[in-house]
This record gives sequence, C-alpha cells and structure tokens, in this order.
Amino acid sequence: MSVRQANRFGFGINQSRQINYDTSDRKVRDYVTLREPSFRLCFACGGCSATCTAGEHISFNLRRMITLIRRGEIDLLRDEVTRCMLCGKCMLVCPRGVNTRNVVAMTAEAIRKLDRNEL
Amino acid sequence: MSSEIFVWPFNLGLYFILIYSVVRSTVWFRNLSRPDKLRLQRGFFGIPFMQSIKEIFMESLLHRRIFKKNFVLGYMHMSLAFGWFLLIVFGTIEADFFGEKHLNPPSHAIFFRAFNPDHGAVGLARAYTHLMDFLLAFILSGLLLAVIKRFIPSMMGMKKTTKHTWSDRTALLSLWLIFPSRLLAESFTCGTYGSGGFLTGNLGAALASFLPAAEIAPWFWWLYSLALGTFFFLLPVTRYFHIPIELLLIFMRNSGITTGDKSSSYTEVQTHACSSCGVCIGVCQMSYAAGINDIQSAYFIKGLRSDRDIAAITANCLMCGRCEEACPVGIELGPMRLIERRQGERPDTAKRFLERYSLTGRRSTIERESTQSYGYLVREEAESADVLFFAGCMTHLTPSVISAMKKIMESAGVRYRFMDEQGGVCCGRPLMLAGRDREARELINHNSDIIWKSGARILVTSCPICYKIFRESYYLEARVMHHSEFINLLIEEGSLRLGYLHRKVVYHDPCELGRGSGIYEEPRAVISYVAELQAVPEEGTMSLCCGGSLGNLTLSSGKRALIAADAARSLTMSSPDELITACPLCKKTFGQATGTRVSDIAELVAAALPKPVKKSRGRPARVTTKSLNHG
Amino acid sequence: MKGASKHVIVAGGGVAGMEAAGSLAEMGYRVTLIEKGQDPGGHLLQWHALFPDRRPAEEVRGYLRKRLNHENISVITSTVVEKIRHHGHDVIVNLSGGTEERADAVIVATGFDLFDAHRKEEYGYGIYDNVITAAELEEMFSMGKVAKADGTLPSRVGFVHCVGSRDEKVSNNHCSKVCCVTAVKQAIEVRKMLPACEVFCFYMDMRMYGPYYEELYRESQEVHNINYIRGKVSEASVNISNRLVIKVEDTLAGRPLKMEVDLMVLMVGMEMSKQGAGLAVASGLETGVNRFLETGDHHYGNNVSRMKGVFYAGTCTAPMNITDTISHARAAVTETVRYLNGR
Repeated sequence: MSVRQANRFGFGINQSRQINYDTSDRKVRDYVTLREPSFRLCFACGGCSATCTAGEHISFNLRRMITLIRRGEIDLLRDEVTRCMLCGKCMLVCPRGVNTRNVVAMTAEAIRKLDRNEL
Repeated sequence: MSSEIFVWPFNLGLYFILIYSVVRSTVWFRNLSRPDKLRLQRGFFGIPFMQSIKEIFMESLLHRRIFKKNFVLGYMHMSLAFGWFLLIVFGTIEADFFGEKHLNPPSHAIFFRAFNPDHGAVGLARAYTHLMDFLLAFILSGLLLAVIKRFIPSMMGMKKTTKHTWSDRTALLSLWLIFPSRLLAESFTCGTYGSGGFLTGNLGAALASFLPAAEIAPWFWWLYSLALGTFFFLLPVTRYFHIPIELLLIFMRNSGITTGDKSSSYTEVQTHACSSCGVCIGVCQMSYAAGINDIQSAYFIKGLRSDRDIAAITANCLMCGRCEEACPVGIELGPMRLIERRQGERPDTAKRFLERYSLTGRRSTIERESTQSYGYLVREEAESADVLFFAGCMTHLTPSVISAMKKIMESAGVRYRFMDEQGGVCCGRPLMLAGRDREARELINHNSDIIWKSGARILVTSCPICYKIFRESYYLEARVMHHSEFINLLIEEGSLRLGYLHRKVVYHDPCELGRGSGIYEEPRAVISYVAELQAVPEEGTMSLCCGGSLGNLTLSSGKRALIAADAARSLTMSSPDELITACPLCKKTFGQATGTRVSDIAELVAAALPKPVKKSRGRPARVTTKSLNHG
Repeated sequence: MKGASKHVIVAGGGVAGMEAAGSLAEMGYRVTLIEKGQDPGGHLLQWHALFPDRRPAEEVRGYLRKRLNHENISVITSTVVEKIRHHGHDVIVNLSGGTEERADAVIVATGFDLFDAHRKEEYGYGIYDNVITAAELEEMFSMGKVAKADGTLPSRVGFVHCVGSRDEKVSNNHCSKVCCVTAVKQAIEVRKMLPACEVFCFYMDMRMYGPYYEELYRESQEVHNINYIRGKVSEASVNISNRLVIKVEDTLAGRPLKMEVDLMVLMVGMEMSKQGAGLAVASGLETGVNRFLETGDHHYGNNVSRMKGVFYAGTCTAPMNITDTISHARAAVTETVRYLNGR
C-alpha cells in the first residue's frame, strides 16, 4: 500500500521518516564536493555551529547541513542556507580545515540550480 | 609614385583603426553616466588635460613607472613606444619639409624613402637621414629585447608573463616584422640609389653588392605595409589595443572618473588598457608562494576582454591589493573584481557573442538573486556611551586582544560600551567582498541602528575588515577609528601612561588597514612609542598579505598556509622578538605559520601599561570630548 | 655474560628510558641513562593517579626507580643528548656541555611535550585565570585541593577534549590517545573531591581504546554522574560575574549551547618533544608528518630507526599510555640485544 493510499484510508501515515539512502538524491553533495573538495573533510565536531553568529539567532547549523547534504536530505536546507553572513569565524575554528564559507556558497548555488532543474 | 599600390594595406589598416577608435570612443562616451560625462568634458578643457598630456608623455611614451621597477624592461618599452612616436613625428616633418608638397597623406611619411629613394645625399637632409636611421636603430634595439623577453623571460627579470592568444601572436608577429622590414626595405632602396644614413646606407650598400637590390626592395616595402596593415586590423582583438586605449584611460582618470561599483564605460576602458605586462603576476603571493598561476589580474582582465566564463578566476583572489598597487597602467583591479563578483549569471553564448561585436561595449547579465536574508536579527536596545567598542567576529577568537583593549581603555579612563561583548552581528564586509552588497546592506542597517542609538562619538574596532566597511559604507555620525588610531590618540592626548618594552618588533600591515584604508602611520607611531620597531623587506603599500584574507572564498587552507609561511618568513627575517599586527585574522593566520611570537598592537601596548593596572572607572572621558572638538 | 662489556646509551629518563635501562642492565649490559631534568621520571613525576584504575602514580614511579637501582646503570642528569652519529661499529653521542660518549647502541627515549595551550588562544589559557591544563589539575590533585584562582571551590567544571590534538589549526592532525580516558579519570576525581560540583566533558569522540577504559567511562556515568556533551568547544570568554562562558554545539541536540563554568580544564595533547625534534634534525633521524620519529616499519619494525645501532622507545615515536610505553621499551631492548648479538 502506498503512502497516498494509506492516507486515503485515514491511517494518517505521513511520508516515511527514514532517510532512504538508496533513493535519496545526492546531486547537491556531488556538486558541492566537486567545487569545494574540503567538504569531504568534515567530521561533525560542531565547532562551526558553536561559534556561528547566525546560529545563535536562528536555525542555521553548518554541521547539520553538511551531514544532511551527504545524506541527500536537502529540503530542510533551502531556507537555512540563506542565513549565513559569510563572516568566516567558522573557518578559523574548523579543526579539519574545511573551507566552510565556500561550502555554504556552493550549497546555496547547488540548491538554486536544483530548483531550476539545472543540476 | 604616390599611387603606388603597396601602400594600401597600410592605408586600409590605418583608416580602419581610426574609424574603429572613434566609433568605440563615442559609444563609450555615450554610455558614461551623466556626472562622468560632465567630468570628462570639464577635464578636457582644463588643468586635467595638461596633466593627462604630461602623464601620457611620461608613462605611455617614456614608461617611467616600468623604468623604476625594471630598467631593461623600461628601456624596451620606451624604445618601442617613444622611438616609434619620434619616428612618426620626424618622418612627418621630413615628408612635409622635403616631400613634394605639404600636408601629405600619412603614407608619405611612413614610406618616405620609397617615394624619395635618392633623398638626403647632402647637407641638412643628410643629417636628417642619419637621425631617422638612429631612431630606427633605437627601436630595433628595443625590439631585440622584446624578442629575448618573449623567449627567455628570466633574462629580463620577469618571473612570469601571460600566455598569448592566436590573435595576440599574429599581431605580435606583424609588430615584430614592421621595423626589420622597414630597415630592409629602406636599405635595399638606398643600396640601389646609393643614398641613406649610417644604417640604411651602409647596410644597403653591403646588400646591393651581392644582391639585386632594385628587384628586392619592392618586396620589403610590401612586407612593411602588410605588417603595419595587419597590426592595425588585428589591434582591436589583441592585447595591443591597450596602446591607444591607455591614452583614453589617462584622460578619463585625470578628469576624476573612478571605477565605482557597477560595470561602466570606465571599466571597459580599463579592461582594454591592460597591456598584459605581467607585473601583477610577479607580485602576486598566490603565484610565488602558493603556485597558483592562472587567476592573477592579467588573466582576469583577459577573461573580461574575451568574455569567457571567469567566475572561478574572479572568486579566487585574496583581494590584498598588491597588484593594483603595482599596476603600471593604474587599473583599479580590486573594484573591477568586486564588480565582477557582483554579477549574476551570464547570458547565453549567442547573446554574449552579439553583444561583444555590437560596439556598445556593454555586457548584460542576469541580475543576481538575493541569496541571503537576515530578517531574523532582533533589534537590540542601545545603551548610550561616548565610545563604542566593536571587537568584530574574528576578535572573539583572539580574546587576548579584547582583554588588552579593555585594560587600555580602563587605564585611560575611557567611558566605553562593548557593543558586541555577547557576540554581535557581522559588519557586512565579508558579504561585500563576495559581491553580495544587497545582503550586506541588511547587516549594515542593523549595526548602524545600534551605533546611532548609542549616541557614541567614537566607534572603535579591533578588526580592519570591520573598520573598512564602517568607514566606507556605513552612514554614521560617530568617528570610526581602528584601535591602533585610537591608542595613538590616547597617547597623543596624554591619557595613557606607558612604559618602554625592550623588545625588537616588526610590524605587519593588514591589507584592509594599510592598502585598504591608508592607515600606515598610526600603528607605527604607537609601536615606536613602546618598543623598538624594525624595518621589514616589503612594507607600507607593498606589504604582504597574511594569506588568511576573507576576500577569497575558494582558496584551500593548505594554500593559505603556504602563503602565510612565506609572508612570515619575509617578516621575521631580522629575527625579531615579536611580530606585531593589527588584525585578529592576521594574528590567527601568522600564529600557525611562524615560531616567532605574534601579537596584536593592543597586546603590545597593554604589556607596556604600568602594573598593577589602576582601576579608574567612573572617571570623566577626557579623550572623547577633546578629540571631537577638533575632529 | 656475553654482553658484559657492551655499552648502551639511553637518551631520556622518562618511563620508556627507565624501563629500557632497567631491562638492559638486568641482562648484563652497561647502561648510561641521560636525563635532561634533575631526576629521572619524566611527565610521570607530575601525575597524581593513573587511569584506568586511579592507582597512585607513585606506585609506578617506585617500580621504575627500583629498575634504575642497578650496578650496571649510571645516570647523568641535567644533560641532553644533542646529536647521535654512527662511527665504525660504535655510536657516538654528543652531550650538552660539549662532551662525547661512545656506545655500542643507543636507545632514543626522548618522549613527548604537552601541547602549549597558549597556542589555542580562543580557549583563553593565560588570559583567563580559571582556564587550566590537565597537568595543572593533576598538580591540584597532588596538593589535595581543587580550587579556582581566587581559592574558592568551583561548582561547575568543564573538561575540553582534543586541545592541540586532531586539529589542523595547530598543525596536529593526530589523536593523542590518552586524553579522553584522562579526562574521564580526572572528572571522576573532581566529583570525588567535590561532591557538590557538576562536571561536564566536551568531546568530539570518546576513544576508550584500552582495557577497562570503556568500563571507566561507564562508571563515570553510572556512579559519578559525569555529563558528556558531544561538541568541540569553539571559544571561551568571561562574563560580568567573572565566570567562564563556554561556547559549544550540542551536536546531538543539534543546537548551539552556552554554559557558565568555574573552571575549564584543557585536555592538552602530546606533541613530539622539542628536544627530540632537535636531536632528529641534528642526527638526520627521519620524522613523520606528525613530527614524531619515523620508525623502520609501522608493524614489525616499530622500535627500529634507519640508523644502525639506534633504537626507539616510547612516546618519541607516537602518543601512547604508560602500559604501552613500558611494552614498547622492552621491545626496544629486544631489538637492541638482537643487534648487539648479531654484530
């Protein structure tokens, strides 16, 4: 039974909460990795999101963003990626030398292209 | 002989380039903004015009700036430009004076010898022929250097030169052919008629002794004409277009036109005024310290000219400003790159092609979408203060700078408020460097609001990046000061009692403070007041970038480290006790790159404070009132 | 006694050097131990108790001291080995002070330096009074009092893991291995000393690689109520009430977290010692990208240098705990004896 059918029968089943790694779309990941290879280096320590000025005010979390991009879950990021001020503090904190500012810039670009079917 | 058909390649080329230049200039002029048009018109009938003539003579003909940097290179440029100029001037006089009639077409001067093969046998005319020969020899000596430079750049002290396109190569070949073919054409003609000066006469006689000079001469006159014609025809699509365009640039600049923040006729003129000389490559730290050799300003400008997709080149630059400082043509390379960063995506190829040859000199772009939004920022309640201290994002990662500033201000009795003690909002400069002015404006408005409401009369910042944007893009009543300026003011006013530290130190000018904002003296005055300041190899306007610059979005941390290590090596050559800088980012970057202790200027001053630090809260803020009465 | 006349110099009198000297002497070799400090013992001298069982460090110190107490061993203190070179069948060692010593073999046991916490400026070491290193906390344990700079007792202590380790920004990509378990051990000790004090560990990964380490971690939660927050601390500052404020992301909650603490303990990692690095440069001994001495083979030649007659013991080759250091020193002795017998 598909999700839609289930909804029709009133089970109220929403779309699966699982990350389906086999069907998820990792074009954004590939786009960002190609243009900013240091994207691969993140080991999710959270230093960037700890120091982040924007993250204090609103949901903007580069560490989570990178993880979600890697999993192909980009829907959540569409708004979030626009909140970065590019101040570069995260870059000075990152213990892996990820070029964080360019990761943000490339992610924003990739999502824009994705939405225009250009990716 | 005036109807000789061989002059026509030259004539066609010359008329083409003249008409092209007039049309192109007209279009550029039409596309100038109204104020710039007025500036140019005013400039044309005033002192700027005289300045321009002088500058053209000194720079475009004598190449004084190149001379200063590299004598041989300067001689090469001078002999070609000034020599050719004199050859044309004296040739025209010769043709007017000795020719059949006055006001000849240009070809008469250029091919004078072909039309007057037996001229100049005696007297003044003979002396004049020697002079013309001398000028030709002068040019040929420069040409020889040019050929050497092309094939063995290192012999001319050039580390790097730019790569040539096919059109450049063809134009270069025709340019190279012009003078040897003239030499041979004149020599063969002189050899036939027994005329000519010390060069053409002797060479002609020698050649005629074993060759049929009379038959060969026309061939070289043809070659000479063809070389000139080809060069003129190709000129607009090659780097050599810079020769006439530079003159236009000089007029525009002296009239007070600046690059601004949008693409305009002036940016177009600057684009075409670049000679691809490669000086920018030689001074670029990304080239000599990090081995990146395809993004320098010469390549950037070349990309603009050929209208390729240069987004990657545009982004990959530290924006340190060294190339702009070194550019012999005086192109505003930083603003040019920023304009390009502001561009949205480019129109498709076909449209670009049409635009390129439409002579409008304008390139259209798809407007960049606003990519960021900061509606989430909460307006803060502002407390009033005389002095507002804004540490800056980066400074929060160098707490020793903050604690030093606190000590200094407390010691001087400054009534200040720490604006971003609990973390503030970015100043907007990094966004601007990334070409996102609209988004930066949101942050500027947010911060301006707080600054205005505080009623502060001095805004002090510890970060040169913030400093630059506060000064240039914020509309504030408060006087903006970098902490080095502020400390200097405190010292000058006698508010700060300081001891002397027996340390040998060197000072590194942060890009945004030095070249970016012209602050060189105050930090040096402060340092010299408390310690022994030593000189470093490249300082002031040509100081090095630490490599950490926010101006570059794409440079990897590994490459940055190479640049930092190289700059640190140069700065610490005299083995100082301490490397002083005035920027948290430089401090962080150098901290990883050298074993020498790296400190901010505020830390150095704090170390010179008398101990223990006197608590002086609540004292009136003498500094602020005094300084503002005459500020 | 085949090796009675053979002479081995051991450079460095820490755990590895003392164990190597003791083993060689026991086998009948003549040993000269060169120690840069006033007494042998190395970093262990500053330690109060050891993981994973929190036994007093004095017990291990006692064992090692006894090892040195052998007629075949002579100890030269306040002296540094500056250069090693091979000459014929001998190894010649240059000592600080200009003297030379001849030996049949040399064991390099120059150990490690603790990471200089000043280099991680954003943590405020040397700027804020109540930011201390793990070694300084250990001294407090030895003195029997854990207190803030003003002498008052802390009500909340934060341990920051990976200070100077796994951090490209300080040119140390390696893991120092022992800091995680040290933090757990010290966290427990703080709780035992100050039962009213809350203790937090800020970690990136908990690397409990040794026997009974994971059990200690479990005990810290079960018995001592230690709190663990997964996130790298980005910076610290002080607030108006002069308390330290730590900025971190609680990566498991996915949100930035701010916390006031009274005492912040930096778990400084291990680096190649400056003295060892100088020796390597002067003697032409190879070092790896992590700047520790590069061994002949990572699997089966882990005590062997590329210079004949020169062997490595302990943390001059990589970060390791005391157990592994002692084993490594014994292995170095085996390699040395094999070399001397085969010569």
